[in-house]
Amino acid sequence: MSDIVNTVDARGFSCPQPVIMTLNGIKKANKGKMEILVDTDTAKENVSRAAGAQGWVVEDIQPEDEGYRITIRKEG
Amino acid sequence: MRNVLATKWGIILVGATIGVLASLLQFWGNPANMGICVACFVRDATGALGLHRAPVVQYLRPEIIGFVLGSFVAAYLFKEFRPRLGSAPIVRFILGALAMIGALIFLGCPWRAVLRLAGGDWNAILGLLGLFAGIWIGTRFLRNGYNLGATHKTYTSVGWLFPLIMAGLLVIMLIYPKIPGEAQSGVLFYSVEGPGSMHAPLIISLILGLVIGFLAQKSRFCTMGALRDLILFKQTHLFSGFVSLAIAAFLTNLIVHQFSPGFVGQPVAHTMHFWNFAGMALAGLAFSLAGGCPGRQLFLSGEGDGDAAVFVVGMVVGAAFAHNFGLASSANGATPAGMVAVLIGLAVCLLIGFTMRENIA
Repeated sequence: MSDIVNTVDARGFSCPQPVIMTLNGIKKANKGKMEILVDTDTAKENVSRAAGAQGWVVEDIQPEDEGYRITIRKEG
Repeated sequence: MRNVLATKWGIILVGATIGVLASLLQFWGNPANMGICVACFVRDATGALGLHRAPVVQYLRPEIIGFVLGSFVAAYLFKEFRPRLGSAPIVRFILGALAMIGALIFLGCPWRAVLRLAGGDWNAILGLLGLFAGIWIGTRFLRNGYNLGATHKTYTSVGWLFPLIMAGLLVIMLIYPKIPGEAQSGVLFYSVEGPGSMHAPLIISLILGLVIGFLAQKSRFCTMGALRDLILFKQTHLFSGFVSLAIAAFLTNLIVHQFSPGFVGQPVAHTMHFWNFAGMALAGLAFSLAGGCPGRQLFLSGEGDGDAAVFVVGMVVGAAFAHNFGLASSANGATPAGMVAVLIGLAVCLLIGFTMRENIA
């Protein structure tokens, strides 16, 4: 399996859009690694919480520009 | 840094704090079952500024000022102040106005709905069911791709505007304080009787407002989000805060003897079950389409969200129309004009929900 990373760009969207976009991405990918870009702390927390509830692990959260790059992963 | 207030126990603690403080605000002078009502208080402030002339609901509620400024301080302190705007402002304005009209037909925002329940006003059950129904419709739209589009970053000063307006209102209130028995003080109107005349001392209202604004910004407390996330994601995070608010207010009411159960004769309430339900359904739908309950919109305005500020301005205009056009209910019940307004409001919300969608995934 190639390590192509899906990126969801949820910058500028307020809740619940970032969570909906993340869940759509999770549904499509099923497993693997995904990155989500958000620009508020609320979105960061909500996306992390939602990913966790789907059994994905939040691997890393890096500040980027004015927001965050969240990396989540689920092993097959 | 980990955000303790955004954990499960954090949100429960914040909900409970709001519940206790709301009940105590009643004890210290705010109207019965209305320790905090964001919709009613914005309406009262609208009246204090003379934008509507209903003499019984005019008071520049310091809680509202505190909510925005408390959130502003928290956002700055934790480096979360993000000036942003540009996501369908006119739509948010309309939704704010319609949400206010719906809330004033029920007579309360979601916060007051649970505070009424916690005080034994069973009419609130109909309101809460309506709120649930309205938000449920909103989640159907969200599932089908409804969204108001992205915001963009803007100048820091833009994010300061709304908090500055609030600070300005506080200054006006200090220049023209309430004169007992007088309906006017300088440019401000003050109710001599009715709910607008009932209030805790200014300093207490302001400080508690600041505390709640601070806590709510950090915890992202939102009553609409509570039900929306429950329906949409089966997530109980925000919902646990909403429930803890109700329980804490109920227990505090028992202790200070503010609990009196029943349907009839409840303070600032009416018993038209259908219109309690329908008014709140309109409000719930408008909140969910706009992404936050009135409280949350104030807190977002404090952290730099210009679109949330537009929603609040919409609420002010909605409150003015609600009283100038006789749409708001009274203890006697909903008005014929109010009933028409609910139907028109629901139609407008459905139009917005059906037409504003794109495939963002």
